[in-house]
Amino acid sequence: MDNKEKQVLVTAISMILIFGGYSLYVYNNYISEDLNIINDFKFWGKAFLILIPVSIVAQIIIHIVFAIINKIVTNEDMPAITDERDKLIELKTIRISHWTFLFGFFLSMGSQAMGMQPWVMFLTLILSGFISAMVSEVARFYFYRKGF
Amino acid sequence: MSKTGKISKFSITNNIRKLRFHANEMTQQELADKTGVTRQTIVAIENGKYVPTLELAFRIARLFNTPLEEVFSFNSEEDPNK
Repeated sequence: MDNKEKQVLVTAISMILIFGGYSLYVYNNYISEDLNIINDFKFWGKAFLILIPVSIVAQIIIHIVFAIINKIVTNEDMPAITDERDKLIELKTIRISHWTFLFGFFLSMGSQAMGMQPWVMFLTLILSGFISAMVSEVARFYFYRKGF
Repeated sequence: MSKTGKISKFSITNNIRKLRFHANEMTQQELADKTGVTRQTIVAIENGKYVPTLELAFRIARLFNTPLEEVFSFNSEEDPNK
């Protein structure tokens, strides 16, 4: 497994851990105490706004730690440049991620069109964001491993 | 290809491994550094998992001082249904 594939795996695993940990934290500290909060727009606004910076900072830290551990274990540096193949894979995965998220967005709007409660829309939106990011990492891994 | 011409399937093969060997056993990393890509991209090209852009193909050919056709070969199959 080359360094790019390892990087993708680290991103995917850290994404699951960050999203899972954050969801658990929000559930234990807010939702379990007052179930009515799930229909509060302010709650969802805060939940989204906090998740984004937390996720970015955690990903940066995890990748720095991974690069250090990888250097110690394999004595190999992470690729410093992004070449044409990386850019092409990036474009392809962004397209897949975009369509996946768009599908989730339509589902979330559909839930409102059908008169469901607001929490269904927010949950669908946050889940489609997570799933589209995961699908993008799986596609990236596939393109690096199998070619295209 | 099938939309506009008679060619239905094609593959692009290359002699990079052989050319590296004849160039004082140049390593994949050395070739990658000289052409401005990562070693993984050179590995993918050699294994036929990635077809480089024209720019990179010319850079590789120029590095080995050979014509492009000697580095890359275009192999096509005629579609019998057309």
